[in-house]
Amino acid sequence: MSSEKNELKGVTGWIDKRLPVFTFINHNLRDYPTPKNLSYFWNFGSLAGVTLVIMIVTGILLAMQYTANADLAFDSVERIMRDVNNGWLLRYIHMNGASMFFIVVYIHIFRGLYYGSFKAPREILWILGVLILLLMMATAFMGYVLPWGQMSFWGATVITNLFSAFPVIGDYIVTFLWGGFSVDNPTLTRFFVLHYLMPFLIVGVVGLHIVALHQFGSNNPLGIDVKSEGDTIPFHPYYTVKDYFGLGVFLIIFFGLVFFAPNFLGHPDNYIPADPLVTPAHIVPEWYFLPFYAILRAVPDKLMGVILMFAAVMVLFVLPWLDTHKTRSAQFRPYYKQFFWLFFINCLILGWVGSMPAEGLYVLISRLATGYYFLFFLVILPILSRYENTRTIPTSIAASVLSDKFGNEKTSTENI
Amino acid sequence: MRLLIKICLIICLSSFFKINVSAGEKADLIKQNWPFDGFFGRFDQSSIQRGFQVYREVCAGCHGIKYIAYRDLANVGFTTDEIKSIASEYEILDGPNDEGEMFDRLAKPSDKFVGPYLNDKEARVANNGAYPPDLSLITKARAGGADYLYNLLNGYKDPPENLEISDGMYFNTIYPGNQIAMPMPIVDEIVEYEDETPATQDQIIRDVTSFLVWTAEPELEERKVLGIRVLIFLIIITLMLLAVKRKVWKDVE
Ligand code: HEC
Ligand code: HEM
Repeated sequence: MSSEKNELKGVTGWIDKRLPVFTFINHNLRDYPTPKNLSYFWNFGSLAGVTLVIMIVTGILLAMQYTANADLAFDSVERIMRDVNNGWLLRYIHMNGASMFFIVVYIHIFRGLYYGSFKAPREILWILGVLILLLMMATAFMGYVLPWGQMSFWGATVITNLFSAFPVIGDYIVTFLWGGFSVDNPTLTRFFVLHYLMPFLIVGVVGLHIVALHQFGSNNPLGIDVKSEGDTIPFHPYYTVKDYFGLGVFLIIFFGLVFFAPNFLGHPDNYIPADPLVTPAHIVPEWYFLPFYAILRAVPDKLMGVILMFAAVMVLFVLPWLDTHKTRSAQFRPYYKQFFWLFFINCLILGWVGSMPAEGLYVLISRLATGYYFLFFLVILPILSRYENTRTIPTSIAASVLSDKFGNEKTSTENI
Repeated sequence: MRLLIKICLIICLSSFFKINVSAGEKADLIKQNWPFDGFFGRFDQSSIQRGFQVYREVCAGCHGIKYIAYRDLANVGFTTDEIKSIASEYEILDGPNDEGEMFDRLAKPSDKFVGPYLNDKEARVANNGAYPPDLSLITKARAGGADYLYNLLNGYKDPPENLEISDGMYFNTIYPGNQIAMPMPIVDEIVEYEDETPATQDQIIRDVTSFLVWTAEPELEERKVLGIRVLIFLIIITLMLLAVKRKVWKDVE
């Protein structure tokens, strides 16, 4: 697979000389040297990319039939479900695709956290990733408003109302977001426009994300740098075929949901048309926002709640400067590993209390879990960075593979 | 091994979703076996046809179904002639005609089901201020779906002694708050089935529930048929990809 220095002939060669697209593809998708020890956790990046494409394609097709008007939106979605050819399929793919997108991206992020993929020299890569997460959240939030069901309406009302917590300018911001004095038609139309726009911003940031990635290549489960050619294999065919296989498994789960439990992750109230006069018993956001929603409600003070909720995402931006430990992979950091898993479970707990009414024991649990969330980033990581001793780290990827094979002894004590 | 971990993770995550979905449910629902449940679920057309009769004779006085047209009934086994004659029993306001006047005409198969009230206000006035919701999407719009509806309609019981029921309200064990503005709509023999199915309360409720599942998800059968094909295709492709992957990776240390 090693490149035969652009031996492109004929038309391809002619084009490539003037516009090096084929060289580009060759570099980034064929010869691109990739660590040979990547686990299946490295599939989730390409899965996220595929999901983004699926969302954009189904979204554009939906937009051809959808009507962004407060009186017509709900009916137009039902028309898509009933009268448009395969409209139900498009809509269920788009609806469940949003959930799958978040599952994939969350696993992708936890992977980065566990294997220290955010550390030097990949800080910008990581920051771009967090930016994608933010854009996705905004996109999904606005998309959920479009069908104009009860949860669409009340979710939009609750979340936009959060901005009123800011002193002085708060009410102004809310009116500005709404385009009026309540969530109404102007809110819907602007959310539709932004919902259509933002996925393309995501595409742009994903492009930068990949440029940044290919600067230093993928991290790997050992978290050590690639030292020689013996550590890597070309992307194609090794990782292309592995990514395809992963995609197959992913699509089985995805389409299992689409065809057999399309509303499993949704909320029944969103099949009731929006009614500003009837507040649903429990207003809950989509599952992927629940951990953040739990943090919001854990704090008695509205403004502090809002600030903490945003801080919960923002803290990811500065993660590379909170965890400055030289060793990347949690495999060699016995303490970090335990705190990491605790953090993971803590996130699940946050998601769970986020779905519960904010009362009694749930409030206590959400406070403890919120506490640990920030403790992990702001206290535990900096302390571990200074004091944690690492396990013996192999000298190279190749050495590790061999030593695994011949009696499991690791070869060196130095870091990285 | 890693795959195993991944599968475990997915199972964990999905059970976590389950918890958070079920948090919305209220009273305990007695689960029923429905023919449309599961991977190979199919509609029972004769049950849906009976359910339509129940809807027409019992519920339609108070509830509309605005997302279904008369011609859609062809999908559950009604003939074109039957549909024409069903539609022609209803009148709708149309127009304006060339003279600029609105006029009443008989409904056509392409018209949506004609509802009982002109607007929400009229619906409320006729029902003591309560609003009988459109039933098109009812099984999708309630946690528990078909089981909720079945239990709700079966949920009319004698109220406990100490409970005071407000005027125009009825005691129901399933409805949130236990007081519903809808009088018990279904009792034994409230309809007479043409196909001689015994019209017990339970049977009538099962039929009307099946009918309303169809109105909520008319694509259900098509979806499941296509779903099985898609999944079989994906599973075969994925297994083949696994084989290719193994082969390609064979020599990698
Ligand atoms: C006399 C008029 C009337 C008839 C007949 C009637 N309903 Fe209702 N229905 C109502 C009213 C009024 C409500 C609103 C109840 C409330 O808000 O408390 C209602 C509510 C409902 C609900 C919603 C309950 C909920 O969870 O919010 C369902 C489902 C329902 N009816 C089904 C039916 C079915 C099926 C039939 C026929 C078998 C039927 N109804 C016949 C008046 C009626
Ligand atoms: C980042 C990618 C995207 C995400 C995460 C996303 C998310 C969502 C969500 C959660 C919904 C609500 C689904 C429902 O409950 O019905 C939705 C609806 C919708 N989206 Fe997207 N979307 C994305 C991209 C797009 C694009 C690119 C378009 C069009 C150009 C689009 C058009 C629509 C339309 C028309 C609806 C309303 C129809 C419906 O509710 O099914 N989406 N989106």
